[in-house]
Amino acid sequence: MKNYDIVIIGGGPAGLAAAISARESKIESILILERDRELGGILNQCIHNGFGLHTFQEELTGPEYADRFICQVEEKNIAYKLNTIVLDITSEKVITAMNREEGLFQTQAKAVILAMGCRERPRGALNIPGYRPAGIYSAGTAQRLVNMEGCLPGREVVILGSGDIGLIMARRLTLEGAKVQAVAELMPYSGGLKRNIVQCLNDYDIPLKLSHTVIDIQGKKRVEGVTLAAVDAQGKPIPGTEEHYACDTLLLSVGLIPENELSRGMGVELNSVTSGPKVDESLETSLEGVFACGNVLHVHDLVDFVSAESAAAGRNAAAYVKGELPGRASVKKLFLRHGEGVRYTVPETICPERMDEELTVRFRVSRVYQSCYISAYFDHERIRHKKRQIMAPGEMEDIKLTKEELLKYPDRKQITIMIEEG
Amino acid sequence: METKRLTCINCPLGCALTVEMEEGNILYIKGNSCKRGAVYAQKEVTNPVRTVTTTVAVKDGALPVVSVKTREPIPKEKIFDCIQELKRVRPAAPIHIGDVILADAAGTGVDVVATKQVLAP
Repeated sequence: MKNYDIVIIGGGPAGLAAAISARESKIESILILERDRELGGILNQCIHNGFGLHTFQEELTGPEYADRFICQVEEKNIAYKLNTIVLDITSEKVITAMNREEGLFQTQAKAVILAMGCRERPRGALNIPGYRPAGIYSAGTAQRLVNMEGCLPGREVVILGSGDIGLIMARRLTLEGAKVQAVAELMPYSGGLKRNIVQCLNDYDIPLKLSHTVIDIQGKKRVEGVTLAAVDAQGKPIPGTEEHYACDTLLLSVGLIPENELSRGMGVELNSVTSGPKVDESLETSLEGVFACGNVLHVHDLVDFVSAESAAAGRNAAAYVKGELPGRASVKKLFLRHGEGVRYTVPETICPERMDEELTVRFRVSRVYQSCYISAYFDHERIRHKKRQIMAPGEMEDIKLTKEELLKYPDRKQITIMIEEG
Repeated sequence: METKRLTCINCPLGCALTVEMEEGNILYIKGNSCKRGAVYAQKEVTNPVRTVTTTVAVKDGALPVVSVKTREPIPKEKIFDCIQELKRVRPAAPIHIGDVILADAAGTGVDVVATKQVLAP
Protein backbone atom coordinates (compact mmCIF):
# COMPACT_ATOMS: atom_id res chain seq x y z
CA MET A 1 0.00 0.00 0.00
CA LYS A 2 1.40 3.38 -1.06
CA ASN A 3 1.59 6.19 1.51
CA TYR A 4 1.00 9.89 0.96
CA ASP A 5 1.03 12.84 3.33
CA ILE A 6 -2.13 14.33 1.79
CA VAL A 7 -4.63 12.66 -0.52
CA ILE A 8 -7.19 14.96 -2.13
CA ILE A 9 -10.48 13.45 -3.29
CA GLY A 10 -11.51 15.36 -6.42
CA GLY A 11 -9.57 17.41 -8.98
CA GLY A 12 -12.04 20.24 -9.53
CA PRO A 13 -11.53 23.85 -8.41
CA ALA A 14 -11.52 22.89 -4.71
CA GLY A 15 -9.07 20.00 -5.04
CA LEU A 16 -6.71 21.97 -7.28
CA ALA A 17 -6.53 25.00 -4.98
CA ALA A 18 -6.09 22.78 -1.91
CA ALA A 19 -3.25 20.85 -3.59
CA ILE A 20 -1.41 23.99 -4.66
CA SER A 21 -1.58 25.59 -1.23
CA ALA A 22 -0.52 22.35 0.50
CA ARG A 23 2.53 22.21 -1.80
CA GLU A 24 3.26 25.88 -1.06
CA SER A 25 3.16 24.89 2.62
CA LYS A 26 6.08 22.54 1.90
CA ILE A 27 4.26 19.21 1.65
CA GLU A 28 6.02 17.05 -0.95
CA SER A 29 3.85 13.96 -0.90
CA ILE A 30 0.43 14.88 -2.34
CA LEU A 31 -1.95 12.87 -4.54
CA ILE A 32 -5.12 14.09 -6.28
CA LEU A 33 -7.70 11.45 -7.28
CA GLU A 34 -10.07 12.55 -10.08
CA ARG A 35 -12.83 10.44 -11.61
CA ASP A 36 -13.19 12.38 -14.89
CA ARG A 37 -10.89 12.28 -17.93
CA GLU A 38 -9.25 15.61 -17.05
CA LEU A 39 -8.65 17.96 -14.12
CA GLY A 40 -10.82 21.05 -13.67
CA GLY A 41 -14.13 19.50 -12.63
CA ILE A 42 -17.33 21.32 -13.46
CA LEU A 43 -15.39 24.35 -14.76
CA ASN A 44 -14.71 22.42 -17.97
CA GLN A 45 -18.37 22.59 -18.95
CA CYS A 46 -18.93 26.17 -17.71
CA ILE A 47 -17.77 27.81 -20.94
CA HIS A 48 -19.47 31.16 -20.15
CA ASN A 49 -17.47 34.03 -18.71
CA GLY A 50 -17.63 35.70 -15.31
CA PHE A 51 -15.13 33.59 -13.35
CA GLY A 52 -12.09 34.97 -11.56
CA LEU A 53 -13.01 38.60 -10.86
CA HIS A 54 -11.95 38.22 -7.22
CA THR A 55 -8.97 35.90 -7.75
CA PHE A 56 -7.41 37.32 -10.93
CA GLN A 57 -9.21 40.70 -11.30
CA GLU A 58 -10.32 39.68 -14.78
CA GLU A 59 -13.29 37.89 -16.28
CA LEU A 60 -12.40 34.39 -17.42
CA THR A 61 -14.42 31.49 -18.77
CA GLY A 62 -14.61 28.29 -16.69
CA PRO A 63 -12.00 26.35 -18.71
CA GLU A 64 -9.59 29.33 -18.58
CA TYR A 65 -10.03 29.64 -14.81
CA ALA A 66 -9.38 25.90 -14.40
CA ASP A 67 -6.31 26.12 -16.64
CA ARG A 68 -4.66 28.69 -14.37
CA PHE A 69 -4.79 26.15 -11.53
CA ILE A 70 -4.01 23.07 -13.64
CA CYS A 71 -0.84 24.79 -14.92
CA GLN A 72 0.30 25.38 -11.33
CA VAL A 73 -0.36 21.74 -10.43
CA GLU A 74 1.76 20.67 -13.41
CA GLU A 75 4.54 23.18 -12.63
CA LYS A 76 4.69 22.03 -9.03
CA ASN A 77 4.78 18.37 -10.10
CA ILE A 78 1.82 17.45 -7.94
CA ALA A 79 0.80 13.83 -8.60
CA TYR A 80 -2.71 13.08 -9.83
CA LYS A 81 -4.61 10.12 -11.22
CA LEU A 82 -7.42 10.64 -13.75
CA ASN A 83 -10.32 8.28 -14.56
CA THR A 84 -10.00 7.08 -10.98
CA ILE A 85 -13.02 6.54 -8.80
CA VAL A 86 -12.70 6.46 -5.02
CA LEU A 87 -14.90 3.71 -3.60
CA ASP A 88 -14.27 3.96 0.11
CA ILE A 89 -12.30 5.83 2.75
CA THR A 90 -11.91 4.43 6.25
CA SER A 91 -11.75 6.52 9.41
CA GLU A 92 -8.04 5.47 9.53
CA LYS A 93 -7.64 7.27 6.14
CA VAL A 94 -7.14 4.19 3.99
CA ILE A 95 -8.49 5.07 0.54
CA THR A 96 -9.76 2.36 -1.80
CA ALA A 97 -9.88 3.46 -5.43
CA MET A 98 -10.07 1.94 -8.89
CA ASN A 99 -9.04 2.72 -12.45
CA ARG A 100 -8.42 0.82 -15.70
CA GLU A 101 -4.63 0.69 -15.42
CA GLU A 102 -4.18 -0.30 -11.79
CA GLY A 103 -7.47 -2.03 -11.06
CA LEU A 104 -8.43 -1.83 -7.41
CA PHE A 105 -5.81 -0.29 -5.11
CA GLN A 106 -5.43 1.18 -1.63
CA THR A 107 -3.56 4.23 -0.38
CA GLN A 108 -2.78 5.35 3.15
CA ALA A 109 -2.95 9.11 3.82
CA LYS A 110 -1.84 11.12 6.86
CA ALA A 111 -4.45 13.75 5.97
CA VAL A 112 -7.42 13.62 3.59
CA ILE A 113 -9.01 16.63 1.88
CA LEU A 114 -12.58 16.02 0.76
CA ALA A 115 -13.20 18.01 -2.44
CA MET A 116 -15.85 15.95 -4.27
CA GLY A 117 -18.12 18.86 -5.14
CA CYS A 118 -21.86 18.54 -5.49
CA ARG A 119 -24.42 16.99 -7.79
CA GLU A 120 -27.75 18.07 -9.15
CA ARG A 121 -31.06 17.36 -7.46
CA PRO A 122 -32.72 14.76 -9.73
CA ARG A 123 -36.27 14.39 -11.05
CA GLY A 124 -36.98 11.75 -8.44
CA ALA A 125 -36.75 14.40 -5.73
CA LEU A 126 -39.56 16.46 -7.29
CA ASN A 127 -42.52 14.06 -7.52
CA ILE A 128 -43.58 15.19 -11.01
CA PRO A 129 -46.13 12.69 -12.31
CA GLY A 130 -45.83 11.10 -15.75
CA TYR A 131 -43.90 8.35 -17.51
CA ARG A 132 -40.14 8.15 -17.78
CA PRO A 133 -39.64 9.28 -21.39
CA ALA A 134 -36.33 10.28 -22.94
CA GLY A 135 -35.74 14.03 -23.04
CA ILE A 136 -35.66 14.87 -19.32
CA TYR A 137 -32.22 16.10 -18.30
CA SER A 138 -30.74 17.89 -15.37
CA ALA A 139 -29.43 21.25 -16.62
CA GLY A 140 -25.84 20.31 -15.85
CA THR A 141 -26.08 17.09 -17.85
CA ALA A 142 -27.38 19.05 -20.83
CA GLN A 143 -24.55 21.54 -20.28
CA ARG A 144 -21.96 18.79 -20.46
CA LEU A 145 -23.57 17.28 -23.60
CA VAL A 146 -23.59 20.61 -25.43
CA ASN A 147 -20.32 22.12 -24.24
CA MET A 148 -18.06 19.07 -23.97
CA GLU A 149 -19.55 16.31 -26.10
CA GLY A 150 -20.88 18.53 -28.89
CA CYS A 151 -24.46 17.12 -28.78
CA LEU A 152 -27.73 19.06 -28.68
CA PRO A 153 -30.15 17.30 -26.29
CA GLY A 154 -33.34 18.68 -27.87
CA ARG A 155 -34.96 21.34 -30.06
CA GLU A 156 -38.07 22.52 -28.18
CA VAL A 157 -37.23 23.05 -24.54
CA VAL A 158 -38.92 23.97 -21.25
CA ILE A 159 -36.73 24.58 -18.20
CA LEU A 160 -37.90 24.08 -14.63
CA GLY A 161 -35.92 26.06 -12.06
CA SER A 162 -34.34 29.47 -12.49
CA GLY A 163 -31.04 28.97 -10.72
CA ASP A 164 -27.98 30.15 -12.59
CA ILE A 165 -27.37 26.84 -14.40
CA GLY A 166 -30.92 26.83 -15.76
CA LEU A 167 -30.59 30.45 -16.94
CA ILE A 168 -27.19 29.86 -18.53
CA MET A 169 -28.55 26.79 -20.33
CA ALA A 170 -31.55 28.74 -21.65
CA ARG A 171 -29.12 31.04 -23.48
CA ARG A 172 -26.76 28.26 -24.48
CA LEU A 173 -29.49 26.13 -26.10
CA THR A 174 -30.89 29.21 -27.86
CA LEU A 175 -27.47 29.98 -29.37
CA GLU A 176 -27.24 26.36 -30.55
CA GLY A 177 -30.53 26.69 -32.41
CA ALA A 178 -33.03 25.22 -29.94
CA LYS A 179 -36.22 27.07 -28.99
CA VAL A 180 -36.50 27.62 -25.24
CA GLN A 181 -40.19 28.24 -24.65
CA ALA A 182 -40.19 29.15 -20.99
CA VAL A 183 -38.34 28.95 -17.69
CA ALA A 184 -40.67 28.07 -14.81
CA GLU A 185 -39.77 28.88 -11.21
CA LEU A 186 -41.70 27.56 -8.20
CA MET A 187 -40.68 30.48 -5.99
CA PRO A 188 -41.98 34.04 -6.47
CA TYR A 189 -38.39 35.14 -7.21
CA SER A 190 -35.47 33.69 -9.15
CA GLY A 191 -32.50 32.19 -7.35
CA GLY A 192 -30.26 33.31 -10.21
CA LEU A 193 -28.17 36.44 -10.59
CA LYS A 194 -29.84 39.53 -12.09
CA ARG A 195 -27.12 39.57 -14.70
CA ASN A 196 -28.15 36.09 -15.86
CA ILE A 197 -31.87 36.95 -15.94
CA VAL A 198 -31.12 39.93 -18.19
CA GLN A 199 -28.40 38.44 -20.39
CA CYS A 200 -29.71 34.86 -20.67
CA LEU A 201 -33.50 35.36 -20.72
CA ASN A 202 -34.44 38.98 -21.52
CA ASP A 203 -31.85 39.25 -24.32
CA TYR A 204 -33.55 36.34 -26.10
CA ASP A 205 -37.17 37.09 -25.10
CA ILE A 206 -37.46 33.87 -23.08
CA PRO A 207 -40.34 34.20 -20.58
CA LEU A 208 -39.62 33.62 -16.87
CA LYS A 209 -42.74 32.27 -15.20
CA LEU A 210 -42.42 32.89 -11.46
CA SER A 211 -44.61 30.93 -9.02
CA HIS A 212 -45.11 28.22 -11.65
CA THR A 213 -44.22 24.55 -11.74
CA VAL A 214 -44.48 21.48 -13.98
CA ILE A 215 -47.54 19.43 -13.01
CA ASP A 216 -47.46 16.88 -15.84
CA ILE A 217 -45.06 15.47 -18.42
CA GLN A 218 -46.60 14.00 -21.57
CA GLY A 219 -45.02 11.38 -23.80
CA LYS A 220 -44.11 7.75 -23.27
CA LYS A 221 -40.95 7.19 -25.33
CA ARG A 222 -39.89 10.82 -25.77
CA VAL A 223 -41.16 13.94 -24.04
CA GLU A 224 -44.03 15.38 -26.12
CA GLY A 225 -45.04 18.24 -23.87
CA VAL A 226 -45.34 19.53 -20.35
CA THR A 227 -48.10 21.23 -18.41
CA LEU A 228 -47.23 24.23 -16.26
CA ALA A 229 -49.49 25.68 -13.59
CA ALA A 230 -49.32 28.67 -11.27
CA VAL A 231 -48.83 27.83 -7.59
CA ASP A 232 -50.22 29.50 -4.47
CA ALA A 233 -48.17 30.78 -1.53
CA GLN A 234 -47.88 27.21 -0.21
CA GLY A 235 -46.52 25.97 -3.54
CA LYS A 236 -49.76 24.10 -4.42
CA PRO A 237 -50.86 24.22 -8.08
CA ILE A 238 -53.91 26.47 -8.64
CA PRO A 239 -56.66 24.68 -10.66
CA GLY A 240 -57.58 26.48 -13.87
CA THR A 241 -54.13 27.98 -14.46
CA GLU A 242 -52.78 25.02 -16.47
CA GLU A 243 -50.90 25.85 -19.67
CA HIS A 244 -49.68 23.26 -22.15
CA TYR A 245 -46.31 23.48 -23.89
CA ALA A 246 -45.45 21.15 -26.77
CA CYS A 247 -41.74 20.30 -26.38
CA ASP A 248 -39.28 17.44 -26.74
CA THR A 249 -37.06 18.32 -23.79
CA LEU A 250 -37.44 19.29 -20.14
CA LEU A 251 -34.41 20.56 -18.25
CA LEU A 252 -34.37 20.51 -14.46
CA SER A 253 -32.33 23.13 -12.63
CA VAL A 254 -33.68 22.61 -9.16
CA GLY A 255 -30.75 22.76 -6.82
CA LEU A 256 -27.41 21.24 -5.94
CA ILE A 257 -26.58 18.80 -3.16
CA PRO A 258 -23.05 18.25 -1.78
CA GLU A 259 -21.88 14.76 -2.67
CA ASN A 260 -21.01 13.18 0.66
CA GLU A 261 -21.45 9.42 0.24
CA LEU A 262 -17.72 8.91 0.93
CA SER A 263 -17.76 11.30 3.90
CA ARG A 264 -20.75 9.53 5.40
CA GLY A 265 -19.10 6.17 4.82
CA MET A 266 -16.03 7.16 6.80
CA GLY A 267 -18.09 8.52 9.68
CA VAL A 268 -17.80 12.27 9.12
CA GLU A 269 -20.63 14.17 10.83
CA LEU A 270 -22.83 16.16 8.43
CA ASN A 271 -24.78 19.40 8.84
CA SER A 272 -28.47 18.96 8.06
CA VAL A 273 -28.83 22.43 6.49
CA THR A 274 -25.84 22.36 4.12
CA SER A 275 -25.69 18.54 3.68
CA GLY A 276 -21.93 19.05 3.99
CA PRO A 277 -19.52 18.04 6.76
CA LYS A 278 -19.50 19.92 10.05
CA VAL A 279 -16.19 21.74 10.18
CA ASP A 280 -14.22 23.94 12.55
CA GLU A 281 -12.14 27.05 11.84
CA SER A 282 -9.47 24.90 10.15
CA LEU A 283 -12.10 23.27 7.89
CA GLU A 284 -11.32 20.04 9.75
CA THR A 285 -14.29 17.68 9.94
CA SER A 286 -15.39 15.67 12.98
CA LEU A 287 -12.60 13.21 12.09
CA GLU A 288 -9.10 14.36 12.95
CA GLY A 289 -6.94 14.99 9.88
CA VAL A 290 -9.90 14.98 7.47
CA PHE A 291 -10.62 18.36 5.90
CA ALA A 292 -13.37 19.53 3.53
CA CYS A 293 -13.67 22.44 1.11
CA GLY A 294 -15.63 23.72 -1.88
CA ASN A 295 -19.06 22.50 -2.90
CA VAL A 296 -18.81 19.26 -0.93
CA LEU A 297 -18.77 21.47 2.19
CA HIS A 298 -21.54 23.88 1.16
CA VAL A 299 -22.75 24.92 -2.29
CA HIS A 300 -21.04 28.13 -3.42
CA ASP A 301 -22.13 30.58 -6.12
CA LEU A 302 -18.65 31.94 -6.92
CA VAL A 303 -15.69 29.71 -7.76
CA ASP A 304 -13.40 32.45 -6.44
CA PHE A 305 -14.69 31.74 -2.93
CA VAL A 306 -14.18 28.00 -3.48
CA SER A 307 -10.55 28.66 -4.37
CA ALA A 308 -9.98 30.86 -1.31
CA GLU A 309 -11.67 28.38 1.05
CA SER A 310 -9.81 25.42 -0.44
CA ALA A 311 -6.44 27.14 -0.18
CA ALA A 312 -7.12 27.47 3.56
CA ALA A 313 -8.00 23.76 3.76
CA GLY A 314 -4.72 22.90 1.99
CA ARG A 315 -2.70 25.07 4.40
CA ASN A 316 -4.41 23.59 7.43
CA ALA A 317 -3.97 20.00 6.23
CA ALA A 318 -0.27 20.76 5.70
CA ALA A 319 -0.01 22.16 9.23
CA TYR A 320 -1.71 19.02 10.55
CA VAL A 321 0.74 16.73 8.72
CA LYS A 322 3.71 18.73 10.06
CA GLY A 323 2.32 18.56 13.60
CA GLU A 324 1.85 22.33 13.73
CA LEU A 325 -1.92 22.32 14.23
CA PRO A 326 -2.69 22.06 17.97
CA GLY A 327 -4.94 19.09 18.82
CA ARG A 328 -8.58 20.06 19.30
CA ALA A 329 -8.82 18.35 22.67
CA SER A 330 -6.12 20.60 24.10
CA VAL A 331 -7.63 23.99 23.23
CA LYS A 332 -10.78 25.95 23.94
CA LYS A 333 -13.71 25.71 21.53
CA LEU A 334 -16.26 28.45 20.77
CA PHE A 335 -19.64 27.67 19.24
CA LEU A 336 -20.85 29.66 16.27
CA ARG A 337 -24.63 30.01 16.28
CA HIS A 338 -26.76 31.14 13.36
CA GLY A 339 -29.33 33.61 14.66
CA GLU A 340 -32.25 35.45 13.04
CA GLY A 341 -32.08 35.44 9.25
CA VAL A 342 -28.97 33.26 8.96
CA ARG A 343 -29.52 29.72 7.65
CA TYR A 344 -26.12 28.27 8.54
CA THR A 345 -22.51 29.22 9.10
CA VAL A 346 -19.29 27.60 7.92
CA PRO A 347 -17.46 26.91 10.19
CA GLU A 348 -19.69 25.84 13.10
CA THR A 349 -17.03 25.95 15.80
CA ILE A 350 -13.88 28.01 16.34
CA CYS A 351 -10.80 27.19 18.39
CA PRO A 352 -9.21 30.67 18.58
CA GLU A 353 -5.77 29.21 19.26
CA ARG A 354 -5.84 27.22 16.01
CA MET A 355 -7.13 29.99 13.75
CA ASP A 356 -5.22 32.35 11.43
CA GLU A 357 -5.02 36.03 12.39
CA GLU A 358 -8.28 36.51 10.49
CA LEU A 359 -11.07 34.01 9.78
CA THR A 360 -13.76 34.32 7.10
CA VAL A 361 -17.12 32.97 8.28
CA ARG A 362 -19.39 32.22 5.30
CA PHE A 363 -23.18 31.97 5.51
CA ARG A 364 -26.46 32.41 3.65
CA VAL A 365 -29.45 34.52 4.62
CA SER A 366 -32.92 32.96 4.75
CA ARG A 367 -34.76 35.56 2.64
CA VAL A 368 -34.22 38.84 0.79
CA TYR A 369 -33.15 41.61 3.20
CA GLN A 370 -32.87 45.30 2.30
CA SER A 371 -30.98 47.95 4.28
CA CYS A 372 -30.07 45.57 7.07
CA TYR A 373 -27.04 44.81 9.20
CA ILE A 374 -24.96 41.69 9.56
CA SER A 375 -24.22 41.52 13.28
CA ALA A 376 -21.90 39.30 15.26
CA TYR A 377 -22.32 38.92 19.02
CA PHE A 378 -19.57 37.50 21.24
CA ASP A 379 -21.80 36.25 24.05
CA HIS A 380 -23.77 39.45 24.72
CA GLU A 381 -21.40 42.00 23.25
CA ARG A 382 -21.95 43.07 19.65
CA ILE A 383 -18.55 42.96 17.92
CA ARG A 384 -19.68 43.47 14.29
CA HIS A 385 -22.42 45.58 12.77
CA LYS A 386 -22.00 45.74 9.00
CA LYS A 387 -24.56 47.60 6.86
CA ARG A 388 -25.72 45.84 3.68
CA GLN A 389 -27.97 47.45 1.05
CA ILE A 390 -29.30 44.11 -0.13
CA MET A 391 -28.83 40.46 0.73
CA ALA A 392 -30.47 37.48 -0.98
CA PRO A 393 -30.45 33.72 -0.31
CA GLY A 394 -28.78 33.16 -3.69
CA GLU A 395 -25.65 35.09 -2.75
CA MET A 396 -23.28 33.85 -0.09
CA GLU A 397 -22.34 36.40 2.57
CA ASP A 398 -19.33 36.52 4.85
CA ILE A 399 -18.01 38.22 7.93
CA LYS A 400 -14.44 38.29 9.20
CA LEU A 401 -13.39 37.62 12.79
CA THR A 402 -9.93 38.18 14.21
CA LYS A 403 -7.94 35.91 16.47
CA GLU A 404 -7.01 38.85 18.69
CA GLU A 405 -10.60 39.74 19.59
CA LEU A 406 -11.59 36.11 20.20
CA LEU A 407 -8.61 35.51 22.53
CA LYS A 408 -9.30 38.70 24.49
CA TYR A 409 -12.16 37.22 26.56
CA PRO A 410 -11.18 33.67 27.60
CA ASP A 411 -14.42 33.09 29.54
CA ARG A 412 -16.81 33.74 26.63
CA LYS A 413 -18.30 30.73 24.88
CA GLN A 414 -20.45 31.62 21.91
CA ILE A 415 -20.53 33.75 18.77
CA THR A 416 -23.88 34.49 17.13
CA ILE A 417 -24.22 35.75 13.58
CA MET A 418 -27.60 37.34 12.78
CA ILE A 419 -29.34 39.83 10.54
CA GLU A 420 -30.68 42.96 12.22
CA GLU A 421 -33.07 45.36 10.51
CA GLY A 422 -32.36 49.10 10.26
CA MET B 1 -40.24 60.35 -27.14
CA GLU B 2 -39.30 56.72 -26.50
CA THR B 3 -39.34 54.86 -23.18
CA LYS B 4 -37.00 51.94 -22.52
CA ARG B 5 -37.34 49.68 -19.49
CA LEU B 6 -34.34 47.76 -18.14
CA THR B 7 -33.32 45.73 -15.12
CA CYS B 8 -30.07 46.82 -13.55
CA ILE B 9 -27.61 43.93 -13.25
CA ASN B 10 -25.10 45.39 -10.80
CA CYS B 11 -26.50 43.84 -7.61
CA PRO B 12 -29.35 41.63 -6.35
CA LEU B 13 -31.55 44.71 -5.87
CA GLY B 14 -32.17 44.57 -9.65
CA CYS B 15 -33.63 48.08 -9.88
CA ALA B 16 -36.28 48.55 -12.57
CA LEU B 17 -34.83 51.37 -14.68
CA THR B 18 -36.81 53.64 -17.00
CA VAL B 19 -34.94 55.61 -19.64
CA GLU B 20 -36.71 58.37 -21.58
CA MET B 21 -35.10 59.02 -24.95
CA GLU B 22 -35.62 61.45 -27.79
CA GLU B 23 -33.84 61.10 -31.13
CA GLY B 24 -31.19 58.87 -29.58
CA ASN B 25 -30.49 61.23 -26.70
CA ILE B 26 -31.22 60.34 -23.10
CA LEU B 27 -33.61 62.80 -21.47
CA TYR B 28 -33.54 61.18 -18.04
CA ILE B 29 -32.97 57.90 -16.19
CA LYS B 30 -35.33 56.89 -13.38
CA GLY B 31 -35.49 54.03 -10.88
CA ASN B 32 -31.80 53.58 -10.10
CA SER B 33 -30.71 53.47 -6.44
CA CYS B 34 -27.08 54.31 -7.10
CA LYS B 35 -24.71 55.77 -9.68
CA ARG B 36 -23.84 52.36 -11.10
CA GLY B 37 -27.45 52.00 -12.28
CA ALA B 38 -27.28 55.22 -14.31
CA VAL B 39 -23.98 54.20 -15.91
CA TYR B 40 -25.42 50.79 -16.78
CA ALA B 41 -28.61 52.25 -18.25
CA GLN B 42 -26.70 54.72 -20.38
CA LYS B 43 -24.50 51.99 -21.86
CA GLU B 44 -27.36 49.56 -22.32
CA VAL B 45 -29.57 51.98 -24.31
CA THR B 46 -26.77 53.45 -26.45
CA ASN B 47 -24.38 50.56 -27.11
CA PRO B 48 -25.30 47.23 -25.45
CA VAL B 49 -22.43 44.74 -25.74
CA ARG B 50 -21.97 41.09 -24.72
CA THR B 51 -19.11 38.63 -24.58
CA VAL B 52 -20.19 35.65 -26.70
CA THR B 53 -19.14 32.18 -25.54
CA THR B 54 -19.88 29.01 -27.49
CA THR B 55 -18.18 25.86 -28.80
CA VAL B 56 -16.73 24.92 -32.19
CA ALA B 57 -16.31 21.41 -33.58
CA VAL B 58 -12.65 20.33 -33.77
CA LYS B 59 -10.99 18.34 -36.55
CA ASP B 60 -8.83 15.43 -35.33
CA GLY B 61 -8.87 16.41 -31.67
CA ALA B 62 -8.76 14.43 -28.43
CA LEU B 63 -12.04 16.21 -27.59
CA PRO B 64 -14.95 16.73 -30.03
CA VAL B 65 -15.36 20.48 -29.42
CA VAL B 66 -13.35 23.46 -28.20
CA SER B 67 -14.87 26.26 -26.13
CA VAL B 68 -14.37 29.79 -27.48
CA LYS B 69 -15.13 33.42 -26.62
CA THR B 70 -15.05 36.82 -28.28
CA ARG B 71 -11.88 38.45 -26.96
CA GLU B 72 -13.90 41.61 -26.22
CA PRO B 73 -17.64 42.12 -25.84
CA ILE B 74 -19.36 42.70 -29.19
CA PRO B 75 -22.55 44.63 -30.04
CA LYS B 76 -25.59 42.66 -28.89
CA GLU B 77 -27.23 42.63 -32.33
CA LYS B 78 -24.17 40.84 -33.77
CA ILE B 79 -24.45 37.79 -31.48
CA PHE B 80 -26.29 35.53 -33.94
CA ASP B 81 -24.13 36.62 -36.91
CA CYS B 82 -21.07 35.69 -34.86
CA ILE B 83 -22.58 32.29 -33.98
CA GLN B 84 -23.45 31.64 -37.65
CA GLU B 85 -19.90 32.41 -38.80
CA LEU B 86 -18.53 30.07 -36.14
CA LYS B 87 -20.72 27.23 -37.48
CA ARG B 88 -18.61 27.36 -40.65
CA VAL B 89 -15.15 27.05 -39.09
CA ARG B 90 -13.61 23.76 -38.02
CA PRO B 91 -10.16 24.22 -36.52
CA ALA B 92 -7.74 21.29 -36.30
CA ALA B 93 -6.04 20.13 -33.11
CA PRO B 94 -3.74 20.97 -31.44
CA ILE B 95 -5.46 24.13 -30.22
CA HIS B 96 -4.19 26.24 -27.32
CA ILE B 97 -5.90 28.79 -25.09
CA GLY B 98 -5.85 32.16 -26.85
CA ASP B 99 -5.49 30.75 -30.40
CA VAL B 100 -7.59 32.79 -32.86
CA ILE B 101 -10.41 30.58 -34.12
CA LEU B 102 -12.18 33.28 -36.14
CA ALA B 103 -10.69 36.69 -36.95
CA ASP B 104 -12.92 39.79 -37.06
CA ALA B 105 -16.15 38.02 -36.08
CA ALA B 106 -19.20 39.34 -37.97
CA GLY B 107 -17.36 42.51 -38.96
CA THR B 108 -16.99 43.65 -35.35
CA GLY B 109 -13.19 43.80 -35.50
CA VAL B 110 -13.13 41.39 -32.52
CA ASP B 111 -11.45 37.97 -32.75
CA VAL B 112 -12.91 34.76 -31.38
CA VAL B 113 -10.30 32.84 -29.39
CA ALA B 114 -10.07 29.36 -27.86
CA THR B 115 -10.63 29.11 -24.10
CA LYS B 116 -9.47 25.51 -23.78
CA GLN B 117 -6.57 23.40 -24.91
CA VAL B 118 -7.47 20.54 -27.25
CA LEU B 119 -4.58 18.26 -28.20
CA ALA B 120 -4.40 15.67 -30.96
CA PRO B 121 -5.66 12.25 -29.79
